[in-house]
Amino acid sequence: MTKMATPPGAAPAPGDKPANLYVPYRMRIAKVTDEAPGVKTFRLEFVDPAEAEKFTFKAGQFGEYSVFGEGESTFCIASPPTRKGYIECTFRQAGRVTSALADRDEGDVIGFRGPYGNVFPIEQWHGKKLLFIAGGIALPPMRCVIWNCLDLRDKYGDVSIIYGARTVADLVYKHELADWGARKDVNLSVTVDPGGQTPDWKGKVGFVPTILEQLAPSADNTIAIVCGPPIMIKLTMPVLAKLNFKPEQIYTTLENRMKCGVGKCGRCNVGKVYVCKDGPVFTMAQLSQLPPEY
Amino acid sequence: MEALQKKAKALLESGAVKVVIGFAAGTDAQTARPLFAKTPEQTAKLVWDESCKQNLATYLLKPEVKALGKAAVVGRVTTARTVMQYAAENQIADDAAVLLIVSDDGQITELAKFADIEVYLAKVPRGLPAEAQKEIERLQAMPLEQRWAFWSAEMSRCIKCYACRAACPMCYCARCITDVNQPQWIPVATDPLGNLEWNIVRAMHLAGRCVDCGSCSDACPQGIRLDLLNRVLAQEVLTSFGGEPGYSTRKEYALSTFKPDDKEEFIR
Amino acid sequence: MSETRILQKKSLGELFAKLTAAGQRLLAPVKEGELLNFAEVKTPEQVALDYIQTRSSAKLATFPPYEPLLRYKFNGKDVEQQPAEPDKRPTVLFGAHPCDAASFATLKAVFTWDSQDAQFETRLANLTIIGLACKKADAYCFCTSVGGGPGDTRGSDMLLTPIDAERFLVEVLTPKGQAVVAAAPQLFTPAGNETKDKVLAKVAPRFSADKLKEKLPAAFGNNAVWVEQSLRCLGCGACAFVCPTCSCFDIQDERNREGGTRLRCWDSCGFSLFTLHASGHNPRHVQSERWRQRVMHKFSYQPERLGVLGCVGCGRCSRTCPVDMNLAEHAQALAEMKA
Repeated sequence: MTKMATPPGAAPAPGDKPANLYVPYRMRIAKVTDEAPGVKTFRLEFVDPAEAEKFTFKAGQFGEYSVFGEGESTFCIASPPTRKGYIECTFRQAGRVTSALADRDEGDVIGFRGPYGNVFPIEQWHGKKLLFIAGGIALPPMRCVIWNCLDLRDKYGDVSIIYGARTVADLVYKHELADWGARKDVNLSVTVDPGGQTPDWKGKVGFVPTILEQLAPSADNTIAIVCGPPIMIKLTMPVLAKLNFKPEQIYTTLENRMKCGVGKCGRCNVGKVYVCKDGPVFTMAQLSQLPPEY
Repeated sequence: MEALQKKAKALLESGAVKVVIGFAAGTDAQTARPLFAKTPEQTAKLVWDESCKQNLATYLLKPEVKALGKAAVVGRVTTARTVMQYAAENQIADDAAVLLIVSDDGQITELAKFADIEVYLAKVPRGLPAEAQKEIERLQAMPLEQRWAFWSAEMSRCIKCYACRAACPMCYCARCITDVNQPQWIPVATDPLGNLEWNIVRAMHLAGRCVDCGSCSDACPQGIRLDLLNRVLAQEVLTSFGGEPGYSTRKEYALSTFKPDDKEEFIR
Repeated sequence: MSETRILQKKSLGELFAKLTAAGQRLLAPVKEGELLNFAEVKTPEQVALDYIQTRSSAKLATFPPYEPLLRYKFNGKDVEQQPAEPDKRPTVLFGAHPCDAASFATLKAVFTWDSQDAQFETRLANLTIIGLACKKADAYCFCTSVGGGPGDTRGSDMLLTPIDAERFLVEVLTPKGQAVVAAAPQLFTPAGNETKDKVLAKVAPRFSADKLKEKLPAAFGNNAVWVEQSLRCLGCGACAFVCPTCSCFDIQDERNREGGTRLRCWDSCGFSLFTLHASGHNPRHVQSERWRQRVMHKFSYQPERLGVLGCVGCGRCSRTCPVDMNLAEHAQALAEMKA
């Protein structure tokens, strides 16, 4: 194999010589976790230890994960950069590639290109309170930044997490939810949609925006990070506005159809923005400047 | 042209239709473009000549056009056949659209009810256009290797733009076979063999349904005679199964209808 | 750095031979049935020199309809990867009009901003463009509305203008153009006072791209305009595929039992699937929104973001469109719209 300007898999840096931008790292599936019906988490380790050594990323970034022979799919990196030696991704089986991924076993090799995209500016949040609001399968993009902040716990003020799913079975990261719930330095509220509770459910019942309104957290010196299906975002924003959160205080990570991940193929364009380069992390203030095409 | 404009204007003025779909002059003399006349005044732009090629019946299934309200469509015999085939395939209700069929000698026939369209179509001469017939005979006279070379060369020019599919009134599947990726039946890239596969599969999906309007090859940016594939298959269906689509509202798909007196032994 | 020369038309055969001997592949407009398209040639007899426009653009010289990115062989649970080598073949694009020559700047902006795509950049680095100025134009041409013109030199390494039946006026514009002269110096004789303006086609500007760029952001929300303009659009990909500046692509895997290829191929924002999420959500779920994207991207988003217009006024999209969606006409209407 010829030596290339950019190593395989790695996200290109500005100023790099022309390179084949589409060659993935080979990743071995170290662990498969069934999170919820149709939802799995993979723990991935670099096949080449030299690549593992050099690899870094920041919270908020995503990658193109592939099954050789089937194609690529876009997921965030769901594990925090504070954990070395592996990355994790969580996905729901929805189409061709995710179905092929769901068929993979521990020990199989898949592809990963990344890290791509911009990052949650967690350094700017030092000293602030953090309010994480997530729904359903949108907890994975948040899990990375939640753990990143919890791994640096003393840099932040109060940390609150509001997470909801349709039913108890649909809650992802059940193990971590138990961990977070047990911590004294985290306020965790887990909720399911009305009708989604089981007889022994001890958490809340109600849609995420409703629970948010009930808890009525203060906006003072607080950063809100929101991620969820479009309908949840649509109903959560007015509640945050009522609680006096300014658009600059609210962060989200945008899901959009992506392919190349490096700002070339044009698929993820929203207005003049490339979600894969200028995002996927945006403040609501930035999003409001974009055409509503996402 | 004036007679057509007059009829169209009357339909709009009376409120019988909300839009007349016809042709207006296009960018140059050889080109016409679809016109959606929503007011009586706009019908003054209607034209009709050999540059008016696209089968406008295809717009009857387009949500943005349906939203305009009841439509009248200007067309030819093949346009009427399209509506009949739509009826056979449960895509359109009886009397849901008005047809203004212009015959070769300029006569305009206004039709709406399926029964009337069927009566009209029963009287028109049938058969492939003479030029297409000649081309088909020329190809079928070729030895197999030569014919294969011809079609391979034609299909190597295909750029997989799917203009043929977009222009064809019968290609209205919400999810085309080429968009199915589990598995990816039809390769996406413009590999010559894959191009041939796409065009053959499309022709097969149209066998017994194609109404011979020729919009596919008219639309093809590369000038590929893919209409000949459809026309050959139409002839096959006629000779082997006796069916000709678009002349009645009865659904009689040659390839999915079983008759106890089928002339093939293996199926009886 | 422009110098002028004269090249006799009858010398083209020798020029082609010299370039071929120097290892160059030659791409030029060639007759394919009723149409003209760019293809590999060996002799000038194969080339159509007196044409208004080819059907498909010359972008395939740097961005082909499909190309492999990566090949792999299955190896138990693992794979062996072989990244695709970029195409390094030295190529001369001969006889492309100024609109096509100018289009490579837009493609380059997309493929080399922020990171450099080797597949594209290698081809471009090894490409020499010998442009051909236009003596004729038709109702579809609108180069002068988008900063170009029938004798425009942008993007050409050498521009030929047929000043009479026997001769080209040659403008040598870049070091690559000089290298062409150096390959056959005896064929390029000194020029006198010959100018090209007298023979160039006249293309009256139809709208101002700058004014359009200013108007478009406010026009985004005017749904009625986009619906009206796109009512006849059939949603095929013909316009994007023949367009010299359209560069959106798809990435697909094709495989058999032993291994496979990850390739990229042309795609179009006009297809309904382009932005479709696996969940079923589609940010541009109606054709009018996709038409709007085409116009906004070419005339507003790309200029804002990458500093290049996404259109060179070649008119191919309009000529090819089965329902005569004339981009210049639509752009002009938008530019003239009252605020």
